[in-house]
Amino acid sequence: MLHAIWVVIALPLAGVLLNGLLGRHLGRAFVSIVGVGVVGAAFALGAWSMADLAALPEAQRTLTLTLWDWITIGNLQVPLALRADALSLWMVLVVSGVGFLIHLYSVGYMQHEDARMFARFFAYLNLFVASMLLLVLADNYLLLYVGWELVGACSYLLIGFWFHKRDEEQAPVALLDGTQVALPPNLNPADAGKKAFIVNRIGDFGFALGVFLIWSTFGTLNFSAVFDAAPQAPAAVLTAITLLLFMGAVGKSAQLPLSVWLPDAMAGPTPVSALIHAATMVTAGVYMVARSHVLYDLAPGSALVVALVGGITALYAAAVALVQVDLKRILAYSTISQLGYMFVAVGVGAYAAGLFHLTTHAFFKALLFLAAGSVMHALHEVIDIRRMGGLRRKMPLTWLTFLIGALALAGFPLTAGFFSKDEILLKAFVFSPWLWALGLATALLTAFYTFRALFVAFTGQPRDWPLYEKAHESPAIMTLPLAVLAILALLGGVLGLPAVLGAPNLIAEWLAPVFGAHGAAAKHEVSVAMEWLLLGISAAVALAGIALAYWFYVVRTDIPARLAVALRPAFTFLANKCYLDDGYDAVCVQGGRQLAQWLAQGLDKAAIDGIIDGGARLLARGGARLTQFEDGHIPHYALGMFVGALLLVIYLVIR
Amino acid sequence: MPGVPTAWFLLLGAILFTIGAVGVLVRRNVLIVLMCVELMLNAVNLTFVALSRELSSLTGQIFVFFVIVVAAVEVAVGLAILVELNRLRQTADVDEVSELKG
Repeated sequence: MLHAIWVVIALPLAGVLLNGLLGRHLGRAFVSIVGVGVVGAAFALGAWSMADLAALPEAQRTLTLTLWDWITIGNLQVPLALRADALSLWMVLVVSGVGFLIHLYSVGYMQHEDARMFARFFAYLNLFVASMLLLVLADNYLLLYVGWELVGACSYLLIGFWFHKRDEEQAPVALLDGTQVALPPNLNPADAGKKAFIVNRIGDFGFALGVFLIWSTFGTLNFSAVFDAAPQAPAAVLTAITLLLFMGAVGKSAQLPLSVWLPDAMAGPTPVSALIHAATMVTAGVYMVARSHVLYDLAPGSALVVALVGGITALYAAAVALVQVDLKRILAYSTISQLGYMFVAVGVGAYAAGLFHLTTHAFFKALLFLAAGSVMHALHEVIDIRRMGGLRRKMPLTWLTFLIGALALAGFPLTAGFFSKDEILLKAFVFSPWLWALGLATALLTAFYTFRALFVAFTGQPRDWPLYEKAHESPAIMTLPLAVLAILALLGGVLGLPAVLGAPNLIAEWLAPVFGAHGAAAKHEVSVAMEWLLLGISAAVALAGIALAYWFYVVRTDIPARLAVALRPAFTFLANKCYLDDGYDAVCVQGGRQLAQWLAQGLDKAAIDGIIDGGARLLARGGARLTQFEDGHIPHYALGMFVGALLLVIYLVIR
Repeated sequence: MPGVPTAWFLLLGAILFTIGAVGVLVRRNVLIVLMCVELMLNAVNLTFVALSRELSSLTGQIFVFFVIVVAAVEVAVGLAILVELNRLRQTADVDEVSELKG
């Protein structure tokens, strides 16, 4: 199966063709079976390939499959080649596995769409899976870039899926002192899609430059060839390459300062948010850095930038998530924050830990989004947590699965998120205690905001009775993926148990052929006691966050209201997303518009048009002036002639 | 050489030419203008002939014949235009006719 790995990509692509071209004529059942089936089959084939790969000796676990020559221009040779190794197959399993569950869920979630939109949705979703699989299976940077752009295009298409919707105002927050804090409106899907696409372009611009620099430095784009030649390359060039590539990752994975598109991407249908904007596409940046780990190892400066950007983004997004009232946006900021963790991991060289967190995050964040989607489904698209409350009784399965997802996200001991986050914190501590402290603060905030959303939405008394009365549990086709993901979120930790427990770290061992020994173990190991201590601190912080949320939102619900008044400037600052969007609007959007205005009016119209118009006017006026000599009076002509002749004579005489 | 010095002929030619030119410029009757043109041509003829005598060269006198022929043709065409103009406009004033402006 390993030699036919291209089938994994071809299957969803076939789904795109079938659903895209014929879907609307063939009915929902057909579309659902094709759409879900091809992804399920891709997962099965991916698992089969993985088993084949595992049967090989470790040293041979990299297979290249060249399908055909793609670009051959002079020295530039880029074949359409796929690479099956431990890392790419792992990503294939995560993408197709989580993707399969989300496709299944979508069948229920999108049931209210008409047949055309239903078919279109699955065609887009399948196209996304095919593109993402191409991204992770690519054997060279150019093919990776193709997949990278394709997933971006799918993201754009799916965010704007409900393109007819308008901006949604968010009700202002009424404070205890009678004043209000206005909240920014939620962007409409069409604009949100454009925003995501354009912001990503900025990052991709850097990525493309990085790819060019790789080619001009190494003369090849093939991963193995580049990595083999990398140690001989000058350090400055490697730093430039890795920073440029990371610029692409910053855009794709919504890190500061390009994080602004992800929260608005929540305008898309919830399965899209779960699949693309939580579990898979946004982790492409992490995958890319892990894939290029040889380069990042040789450029410690860039790796430090990666880790710092990740750490700061993690804290920033967690802080903003504290005050959001839109359930999906809370999860979106949480995604940005968790992606920050992953970048901390790959930045400090703990690639396996990063991939581990990527995997568990795919499980629990997909779960949380799908559960949030289930709530939206039940409440007819209401997403403001201030209108929820008490949903636990109406939607027991959704409540239970959301709880499990929240526990995993908060890092509750023994859940998947606990182990993966702890692994990262440990590696961060080895690298620098400051980075560890940053991660720990984020962990506290994470536990707090997650359980704030959970307590407000699911416990207590309903705040909006008519809405509450209408709420109902979602159909089995939606709750089944929730249940499977909940099990994964609960037990996914066994993939990477910490060394201190004495159990094997499965994911680190599996990825060792790709990352080498250092991927599995930190460069300077800490003592066993220290590791236990860090584990204990992580657990304590997670529990403290949850307890604080319980105290604030269940026991003493007046405290957050009073805090909002007391800390009004901070509250307003966070509620407005730290004014990042406004800053971009003022500097880039308005600035760009004014620059364009100036160029159009000042430069183009006044200067460039002015030169042409001025020349024309000069000739026209000069001509008009000259016609006055030709007044039709013969004596005047004769005078001109005589004067001319006279001048000629004078000239000839005095010459 | 006996007789009138050449310079006098030249001076007379210049005076006649100037009178003719001024007449072309200031007179409004087309007939007078044509006569002034004739005067200018003949002033030139006088100059040619005077210099021809001075330089003992026949070239100047041959030129004069050409000029006389051209002048005759010019008078024929000019008078035809004048007659036509008078028939069309009942005027012989050059200032009345300014249709050919640019």
